[in-house]
Amino acid sequence: MNFDFSDELKQLREEARRFLTERNALAQARRVLESDAGHDAALWREIAQMGWIGAAIPEAYGGAGLGHLGLCVLGEELGGSLAPVPFSSSAYLAAEAIMLAGSAAQKERYLPRLAQGEAIGTLALAEGPRAPGLGRLAAAVARERLSGTKEPVPDGDVADFAVAVARGADRRLGLFIVDLRAPGVARERIATIDPSRGHARLVFSDAAVEPLGAAGEGEHLIERLFDRAAVLFAFEQLGGAQAALDMAKGYALERYAFGRPIGSFQAIKHKLADVYVATELARSNAYYGAWALSQNAPELPLAAATARVAAGDAFYLAAKENIQTHGGMGYTWAFDCHLYYRRAKLLALALGSTRVWKDRLITRLEARNIATLDGAAGVAP
Amino acid sequence: MDFDDTPEEAAFRARVKDFLAANAERRAPGSAEGYRTGQSAPGALERAKDWQARKYAVGFAGIAWPKEWGGRGGSAIEQVIYNQEEAHYAVPRGFFEIGLGMCIPTLCTWGTAEQRRRFAPPALEGKEIWCQLFSEPAGGSDLAGLRTRAEKSGEEWIINGQKIWTSGAHYSDYGILVARSDPTVPKHKGLTFFFLAMDSPGIDIRPIKQISGHSHFNEVFFTDVRIPDSQRLGAVGAGWQVALTTLMNERLAVGEAPGPNFREVFELARGLELEDGPAIRNAAVRDQLAQWYVKTQGLKYTKFRTMTRLSRGETPGPEASIGKLVSASKLQEIAAFGMDLLEMAGIMTDPEAMPAQALFQQALLYSPALRIAGGSDEILRNIIAERVLGLPADLRADKDVPFNRLPAGKR
Repeated sequence: MNFDFSDELKQLREEARRFLTERNALAQARRVLESDAGHDAALWREIAQMGWIGAAIPEAYGGAGLGHLGLCVLGEELGGSLAPVPFSSSAYLAAEAIMLAGSAAQKERYLPRLAQGEAIGTLALAEGPRAPGLGRLAAAVARERLSGTKEPVPDGDVADFAVAVARGADRRLGLFIVDLRAPGVARERIATIDPSRGHARLVFSDAAVEPLGAAGEGEHLIERLFDRAAVLFAFEQLGGAQAALDMAKGYALERYAFGRPIGSFQAIKHKLADVYVATELARSNAYYGAWALSQNAPELPLAAATARVAAGDAFYLAAKENIQTHGGMGYTWAFDCHLYYRRAKLLALALGSTRVWKDRLITRLEARNIATLDGAAGVAP
Repeated sequence: MDFDDTPEEAAFRARVKDFLAANAERRAPGSAEGYRTGQSAPGALERAKDWQARKYAVGFAGIAWPKEWGGRGGSAIEQVIYNQEEAHYAVPRGFFEIGLGMCIPTLCTWGTAEQRRRFAPPALEGKEIWCQLFSEPAGGSDLAGLRTRAEKSGEEWIINGQKIWTSGAHYSDYGILVARSDPTVPKHKGLTFFFLAMDSPGIDIRPIKQISGHSHFNEVFFTDVRIPDSQRLGAVGAGWQVALTTLMNERLAVGEAPGPNFREVFELARGLELEDGPAIRNAAVRDQLAQWYVKTQGLKYTKFRTMTRLSRGETPGPEASIGKLVSASKLQEIAAFGMDLLEMAGIMTDPEAMPAQALFQQALLYSPALRIAGGSDEILRNIIAERVLGLPADLRADKDVPFNRLPAGKR
């Protein structure tokens, strides 16, 4: 049994943590939140120079070739630091989509630029509050021209290209790469609950596209892409949950009320113990997801859904109880509690809600041999 | 990252598999057999003793114990491997866990070499069974609030008082006991630790009928019971330090709550028609099932993380402390939900008539015990908060106050 990251990857995680602490990524997140910028361009350049974006991209395409386990440990640290950079859009969504479905020519064209940070990529899927899920998507491609409106598109304000989900000639969904700097694309930043990460509305009017993967395969490809991204997002959420728990713990030790540290009250202790338990369960499930992703194992769809539900719920729990532990001060703009709270909900919806993932999880279990599931153990007293 | 045994672990696992295949019957997957091989069945004790003796004979009892205690001198990971393999078999369980998990390790830590030689091997072989005389009506979670008196008389101690929740006292040969030797000092400082034969004159054992209808626990009354001073473990007044050895071993020995798990409730939902169609198609049912699956898997992979540490010869990390806390309340919830799915008939308990041989109904009645025994949910949360997160101890009203000056409630 060796259910752990290698010493080499643990060292990478330490280096990442040191770097993000030195750059004070949390303060940069606040700066972006309070400004008109959608991300921290200087921090993003440094991250690109260190080769993090291309951690899972093969060396042949300009990446670091560390595999997905490398991307997981970086995600955990980026998530914990709340770094305001388009990392997830470029590395988890755009690069993964191209590695999953791209032709050799597309990989050669896009992956090195993504890995080096020369281009920012993203995924353009959602079409506003009246079109949840894939079934109601209306954006369409005809004669290699895309028309329709996509919002919210993560990092759509700064991305150079997007992988767009749209209906093809047969009305079936497909994936298309669209250059966001070309004619026929209008974009504007939109307000979201977490302005430390930029989001945009993209309006396409006969914008030129190239197909990514086989025509009509969009639904299937999105499902596979989301399984991969779910594991990577789970590590960001795990890092966020741990950071919010650490912040709550620190405050519970420092803050005195009724003549004693509030961390000595069982009301606070039990709350934080529950956050710890949720975080550890999420960590274990995320590790299993990392294994399945790195091996491209048949267990990935189940492991990814499990990791996503556990991590999304843990980060949200940790973030909201961090505010609660801080009391009134936790509700102020000046304290950082709200940064975690915003990010927790943002990430929880980034690939679709926990409700949808739980339903997907059960669907996948229904297709499984029941004998492989964990059942009654031991002896009842 | 992989789930493979090292070559040495694989070789050990193969030996365990051979032994089990030749000596025990495999449990049908998903069956409730474990329940029927439980302690209440007639002849269960004899079968358990026989099984323990066979394990001992081939060196599979006390795998991680030192050879000096009669153990195999193996590693913690080898014990885990053995447990994993044995879980696939319908073998008797439940009689030796307290003795081997808590009593003998305490005795071996604090007793003399002669006592280790005398008591450890027979316990390991299943010849002598031990119980733990700790909890009292006035001292459960607050164990140090116990009142059973120990008074020195020459080279003997005289014990008077009452213990409660003593698992297996009625079939045990020996017990470990913590009692109050000095009520005039603060409570943790006035305790002394002993072991004694359970057939000592003056011991009266009465079974407690549980809400499940079974009687797994006892009340044990002491009237002028005499214990030689040579059976004292640790110094006079140092009983709390000795008890901590037992409690630390208890945390390691207490595993996950046994009973219907995700698979049983998932199977039930798949096989059941509700008023609006199959239960498994109901969104509320699916949502609930998914939550238990996520928790079940989280516990499973948390154990893998612990095993990874053991496999490297490291001690388990703090994550190992969450198993019972999570699984006990999950079991209680799964039991209640399984019954809800059966609507009005959910209250019926006939194993012949009910899905999963009425495991859900049985679990509803016994699961409350699992949230209390071996460290209550509340105590476990305190332990996580204090020892893992490093939060300060609660303010104590009983600190530095002589025990006999402490206020006591009516119960």
